Amino acid sequence: MTKMQLFLKGLVKENPTFVLMLGMCPTLGTTTSAINGFGMGVATMAVLVLSNMAISLVKNIIPDKVRIPSFIVIIASFVTVVQLVMQAYVPDLYAVLGVFIPLIVVNCIILGRAEAFACKNGVIDSALDGLGIGIGFTLSLTIIGAVREFLGALTIFGMKFDFMNSDGALIFILAPGAFLVLGYLLAIFNKYKKQ
Amino acid sequence: MDYFVIIISAIFVNNVILAQFMGICPFLGVSNKVSTAIGMGMAVTFVMSISALVVWLIQYGLLDPLGVGFLQTIVFILVIAALVQMVEIILKKISPTLYNALGIFLPLITTNCAVLGIAILLVQKQYDLGESVVFSASTALGFTLALVLFAGMREKLELTDTPEAMKGMPLALITAGLLSMAFMGFSGMI
Repeated sequence: MTKMQLFLKGLVKENPTFVLMLGMCPTLGTTTSAINGFGMGVATMAVLVLSNMAISLVKNIIPDKVRIPSFIVIIASFVTVVQLVMQAYVPDLYAVLGVFIPLIVVNCIILGRAEAFACKNGVIDSALDGLGIGIGFTLSLTIIGAVREFLGALTIFGMKFDFMNSDGALIFILAPGAFLVLGYLLAIFNKYKKQ
Repeated sequence: MDYFVIIISAIFVNNVILAQFMGICPFLGVSNKVSTAIGMGMAVTFVMSISALVVWLIQYGLLDPLGVGFLQTIVFILVIAALVQMVEIILKKISPTLYNALGIFLPLITTNCAVLGIAILLVQKQYDLGESVVFSASTALGFTLALVLFAGMREKLELTDTPEAMKGMPLALITAGLLSMAFMGFSGMI
């Protein structure tokens, strides 16, 4: 597999949200608007790339038996770093995303990539893999966020669409909207994937 | 705060799955049958109540006095992972019946983000020890309620004739959306 393929596979073919269905909690919980989804995606991507690189660097030192606990400690350390950085530089976004930032630790995408890819491959390959999957995740979250924001408030990234005299259907920003939008987007994705 | 308010709020109004989106993986993964849903729910209730107790003691007995609150995420996830292992070993020894009923679900709980999420939330909300345990136990009951209701619906849904693209996950998510809408009706209670 070339470096380019390695990077691109996370975007569509192995998209973590629409194909692998991993990391559903932040996908549903933080996509109330396009910018929130984007922020969550970038935070997850940062942890994913850093932890993938760190794990592939230390993979030969860690005994096989304590592999999983060591991975979790590495991931949790990077999550704490991201948490502190976000608290310092983007406090508003941090407040909105709330408990989902520390919950990146238990995001199955990250441990999944560590176990399936980073503990077998070199540093550069692991970084590219993390970057590809991370961008795929960010893209999916931003799309879901944009759809929910548009239907719920008639805005995308805060830009107002004034073609209807309405404020949108608030239900799409509230909890049920997350399930409904993801369900229908997934159905559309499945339909076009088959063709 | 009144215990009654905490219980009602955690089970119905702020249901952990349908309003807060934690623990979605087991919700979508092990909700094909009512019997497995009940088993999973019981295992989560058990572990979550114990973890609330342990996590509370660690936060206020260890992290706060030492001034290392920023280690919260790392310490909590390790404690929860170790706790699940320990519960499994102890249960196997003292109650094989309960172990057989919950056994297969226990390892899955480490990756259930609701357990870690609730641990972080109860510190954020500054509950005292009693409130923390009541909050966690009732949150887990809310989890069980949503899981069992959803499993019942999915058992019926499997028999229906749906469009090809909607089969499986998309239909499950839309059903969950409708269930979540029904639970929004409880928000007027408090």
